Amino acid sequence: MPIKSMRDAINDALHLEMARDPSIIVLGEDVSGGAGGTSGEREASGGIFGVTKGLLPRFGDHRVIDTPISESAIIGAAGGAALAGLRPVAELMFADFVGVSLDQIFNQLAKFRYMFGGKTNCPAVIRLAMGAGMNMGAQHSQTMYSMLTSVPGLKVVIPSNAYDAKGLMITALRGNDPVLFFEHKALYPRKGEVPDGAYTIPFGEASLVREGEHVTVVALARMVPFAEKAIDALAKDGITCDLIDPRTTSPMDEDTILESVENTGRLVVVDESNPRCSVASDIAGMVAARGFHSLKAPVQLVTAPHTPVPFARELERAYVPSPTRIEAAIRAVMKD
Amino acid sequence: MATPPIHPTTLAPLTHEQLLRAYRQMKTIREFEERLHVEIQTGEIPGFTHLYSGQEAVAVGVCELLSDADYIVSTHRGHGHCIAKGCDVVGMMKEIYGRHDGLCKGKGGSMHIADFDKGMLGANGIVGGGQPLAVGAAIACRNRGDGTVSIAFGGDGSSNQGTVFEAMNLAVVLKVPALFVWENNGYGEHTGADYSVGSRDIAGRCRGFGMPAEVCDGSDFFAVFETMGRMVSRARAGEGPAAIEARITRFFGHFEGDPQLYRAKDETKRLRESLDCLKIFRARVTAEGWLEAGELDAIDSEVLALIDRAVAEARASLPPAEAELYADVYAEY
Repeated sequence: MPIKSMRDAINDALHLEMARDPSIIVLGEDVSGGAGGTSGEREASGGIFGVTKGLLPRFGDHRVIDTPISESAIIGAAGGAALAGLRPVAELMFADFVGVSLDQIFNQLAKFRYMFGGKTNCPAVIRLAMGAGMNMGAQHSQTMYSMLTSVPGLKVVIPSNAYDAKGLMITALRGNDPVLFFEHKALYPRKGEVPDGAYTIPFGEASLVREGEHVTVVALARMVPFAEKAIDALAKDGITCDLIDPRTTSPMDEDTILESVENTGRLVVVDESNPRCSVASDIAGMVAARGFHSLKAPVQLVTAPHTPVPFARELERAYVPSPTRIEAAIRAVMKD
Repeated sequence: MATPPIHPTTLAPLTHEQLLRAYRQMKTIREFEERLHVEIQTGEIPGFTHLYSGQEAVAVGVCELLSDADYIVSTHRGHGHCIAKGCDVVGMMKEIYGRHDGLCKGKGGSMHIADFDKGMLGANGIVGGGQPLAVGAAIACRNRGDGTVSIAFGGDGSSNQGTVFEAMNLAVVLKVPALFVWENNGYGEHTGADYSVGSRDIAGRCRGFGMPAEVCDGSDFFAVFETMGRMVSRARAGEGPAAIEARITRFFGHFEGDPQLYRAKDETKRLRESLDCLKIFRARVTAEGWLEAGELDAIDSEVLALIDRAVAEARASLPPAEAELYADVYAEY
């Protein structure tokens, strides 16, 4: 099996599906880069993180569209193109930029199908690079997915590894709903086994990353490898965990989480988001409502604090949930 | 045998049938809105409604040059655009009454009417929400290469939104066949355009983005039609976006129930006398001898009957079943 980074796995998915379906277009800032520059290099960027590399030379500038820095127009154009029969993939260079395009995301794309009585689909995929860990400061490091998971009409995908990222992206590109596809910047270089061909992974099906008997750990994106590290460290003390990666938060695979909690009776949720109204609090609330009698101990939430993302290395390290904090939370939930 | 053109406009000659059709469309919009103004007072119609009376020549002057394959994106004041683009009038009335068999199954309402078979991509409750969408549809038109175009209707209010500036610039950068049609009716909500549009020159603003823009008299169907004819021809030929600023007025308030305290006493009465596009159209076509008054009167009666039927059917129809609450959030979930 070929070994690929998550960056290359998503790039693979875009290449395969664009070749298969001529209605797919890609648009965003610097998705190829170089337009209007003095070097004459027409693919000067291939996306700031290299995810859209090679698309422009292969598919041309009617399908791979460099845009001005105009996030509302990028998302809006994706929505309008979707209504007019295309399958756009819009890139928000940083997830934080939903701030300047939010109306188009939640008032427009999310609502078309419902408002218009089911007479249209809106098959637009919005890719968003998210997450802290690279000292990019308060406006380039947020996760944003918790806020958007609450919006009916949107699907929210949050892969933690290269294999899942490719399969989930192909599902997004073949689906008929608006999808927000969150790519953690720190995971782009993370490598794993990825087949060359196309495959799909259904939304709403969690992945059971580790199996154990004492604690259920639910984690997303970069928190999955962090949780794996914590769980490995606990093995020497005989503590074993189910590690569940929901992979999509809308739809959310509630049953897999509930079944695991039924077996373990203990739940730790790890989420890089701020704690209030987060995916972590959503999962905790869901288990409290539907799995209360299985619980043997209070649920532990490991999240970022209720602060913006700080800049200094030491502070950012303290902000992001760490394997050490996850390990401590698992030990804490075992005490009761 | 084709009827010979009787009004040679600069780009698109109008036939006898076209003139009759233009009048019928404008009259249908007018009666639809005037009747809504009356029916809203009964309390049967939920929500709030923004009426288009007074602006009919703009919607019709623009849409008479479009086919079902062309797109429009409309505004909160969208009934006129819907009718002009060919949406079913009875289905629209049912939608506004919130009925299960409305154009959007009663789930959109006045501000969210769409009909994709007619290229009507939706009215929009967000001022400035539609222009970026129209540019996206214009990308689809360009990529198909079939000469279709995409129109963004907007008012003086949305001409001040940042989303609109982004959309106009993107359209110019990508050279897509998007047309920005501005209906400057003098007021954005309860505030005068002379106050809120800093330059008092929407067309000039569009030129600043690098597209041609023309101002026309929005109460004169022929002026709108001719201006649109020039702009749409160049867009269809791949020459990129353009804009039209139609100066016009609205006969009603921002929404139904708006006491209009910002308007001078008798302003709407005066405007109905001096700036009524239907009266202006009728006077012109009869004076020129292009249409007989009798032909127009016959259309008037047919339109009234249609609106009567639309209201009667909407009243008689049922609301959506409760299960509809959960339907169509997603294509699949």
